[in-house]
Amino acid sequence: MIEKNSALVENAIKEYYFNHFDLICVPPKISQREFGYQKINGGMIRHVAIKDIKELHLLLMQETPSDVYCSNAYYSFPNMPMSEKDWKGADLIFDIDAKDLALPCRNDHSVSRCSACNDVILGKQNVCTKCGSTKSETVSVTCKNCIEESKKEVKKLVRILVDDLGIKNEEIEVYFSGNEGFHVRAINSNYEVLGSQERADLVDYIMFNGAIPETFGIKKQNNSKSTLPEMGELGWRGRAALALFGSKSKAPKVSRQVILDGYSAFQIRLEGMRQTIGARVDPKVTMDIHRVFRLEGSINSKSGFSKIKCENLDSFDPFLNACLLGEEKVDIVANCPVSIRLKNKKYGPYANERTSVPKYTAVYMICKGLASVI
Amino acid sequence: MKRNVLQPGIMDLAKYPFLAEAGDYLRDKGFNLEQLGHPDWAPLVEKAYGRIVVASSGQIYGSELERLENADMEILSFIVAVILLKAAGIHTLTRRFSLAEARRAEKYLQQDLWSSKDKKNLDLPLKIIQELFGVQVTVENDEFVIKVADYLQRAVHFHEKEWKLVNRRVQHGFVYLTAHETVRLIRTELGQYINSKIQSITLPAIPDTFKVRVQDLVLLASKFSDAPVVSSDYPPCVKHAIEVLEKGENLPHSGRFLLATYLLARGQTTDQIAPLFKNAPDYNERITRYQLEHISGSSGKGTKYQCPSCNKLRSENLCFAIPACDGIINPIQFGKKRGKTND
Repeated sequence: MIEKNSALVENAIKEYYFNHFDLICVPPKISQREFGYQKINGGMIRHVAIKDIKELHLLLMQETPSDVYCSNAYYSFPNMPMSEKDWKGADLIFDIDAKDLALPCRNDHSVSRCSACNDVILGKQNVCTKCGSTKSETVSVTCKNCIEESKKEVKKLVRILVDDLGIKNEEIEVYFSGNEGFHVRAINSNYEVLGSQERADLVDYIMFNGAIPETFGIKKQNNSKSTLPEMGELGWRGRAALALFGSKSKAPKVSRQVILDGYSAFQIRLEGMRQTIGARVDPKVTMDIHRVFRLEGSINSKSGFSKIKCENLDSFDPFLNACLLGEEKVDIVANCPVSIRLKNKKYGPYANERTSVPKYTAVYMICKGLASVI
Repeated sequence: MKRNVLQPGIMDLAKYPFLAEAGDYLRDKGFNLEQLGHPDWAPLVEKAYGRIVVASSGQIYGSELERLENADMEILSFIVAVILLKAAGIHTLTRRFSLAEARRAEKYLQQDLWSSKDKKNLDLPLKIIQELFGVQVTVENDEFVIKVADYLQRAVHFHEKEWKLVNRRVQHGFVYLTAHETVRLIRTELGQYINSKIQSITLPAIPDTFKVRVQDLVLLASKFSDAPVVSSDYPPCVKHAIEVLEKGENLPHSGRFLLATYLLARGQTTDQIAPLFKNAPDYNERITRYQLEHISGSSGKGTKYQCPSCNKLRSENLCFAIPACDGIINPIQFGKKRGKTND
């Protein structure tokens, strides 16, 4: 990021941590967590131990990091190298990212930015029309549909955590990730000791990966004697029954057909159901027991939005609730082929235009690489 | 383990001779090692030796528990077998014995759980599971119920699909199992428990009558050497990773890690592996070398990273299993046939 831009972003972030430090929610056992942070244009600094919330405030004010992370794990010695930290346990964490959901709207709000000449074009392009370079970066402008679809995945996940895994609602916290998705943290002592391998199987459960027809009563041999689960059953059997039958009245007819179709056909049905009834989380995040995860309440430098708690997911609007940077006007040159709507006001599209916008809008476009300070 | 909590009877001790109470029982009855060295006890030493031989061949030693008078012999032969193994000091043999004894106990645990209508029978196996392995099992309508986390910590070591949590009945944080499944779940731990008990005892001076059989055990152990035959073929997940790179497409970090750890484990050097990544869209020779050296343990903290398991690869959508993958849990095992030599 060029200096003028980074100065503006850094200033906006500093102001945010000065005015809104109360929005930072450090998970319990702060002194046993590993913190990490990045400065604009800088590398990742990890293995930082923080004694208490005051020390964290000081760090944020002194360093103005563009991104702050905190481990899901707790250690005896969080500031030591990984092999000497003495891992004690880790919260269950989940990342739901709209970019993993293969939504049809993605093309409408993804732009290609040439790495050589910075030219921006809507959609994907392999070769830059302006300079001929083949290197480009895809940037996605956050979209309402992506957010709404991600919310559906969050709801599926929370249902599974509560109904199947016995985690209480009050032990689950949902946060907007600060860019295009949601982060979920579950703090429950039963699960904190699980290692990476166990979490991998847990994540397969949540995503409905690896289910076999036998689990749903479909037999390889003697298939005519198969009996399918009922809609009222708990867990995956019940959810699969609901997905198969749709309604109770259709159950007998569909059931006969499903059994008639046989084992292999059911396997294909299961594969199809994975997309609809499984919660589509990023498995790598949940499996990682040493991850530093974006700190709740901190700024995400991919957008300038805050990773903010969603008290009411249905009514949560990131373009309003997570947009918390300063409001004073900034003059920029914007090259943003997609219009954006922040705090109920529409900006753009802009084609290399000079404009004056509130600081939060300027930071958003600069973070996406779609504008520059004059 | 706490005494006077289980209060197992003599038949229980014959079934589960690894319980601390078995030793106490023998002491209370006045048995000592010197006495067992007397030629009159030769059949006992034979029985103990037989118990090890059966275990070493991968079979489960069958007890004659129907006759109560054999109970003492059952307990004693286990203890003498442990002493013989300790004296021989051969880990392979101890491991095989521990596993076979675990499977023997598993049979009884399952029977005891099965006859769950009789509460007296149920108490002991549930307490063994709870006190030795810290797994709390409750009974609900003929099903055995354990916490999801307890289940996962054990079931991840099985590679059959039906053990995946997604194929289990899971409700409100608990998994529902049959008696057989409950016991199967702790088999490995039971084996490890018996193994660690054998490792932890201090060997007393053993009677001469035992020494011959100790020699025989050393001889027996020399027969068990596995000769793996290595095939030159790569598993499908590794082939896929190589193909993606050859096409110049982007292979995710996890796929690159698989390729590097797999080839390193197969004995290739970083110099041989590095060129494979040349086609990657973001190839940087210096970084590739640095990362390969880090994974191989020759730089950084010296940790040598292992090839990820099939389970992990499945979760990362990097598994492209073919029939030849049946029965393996790590790509490293692909194409390795175990040929046993008996001479």
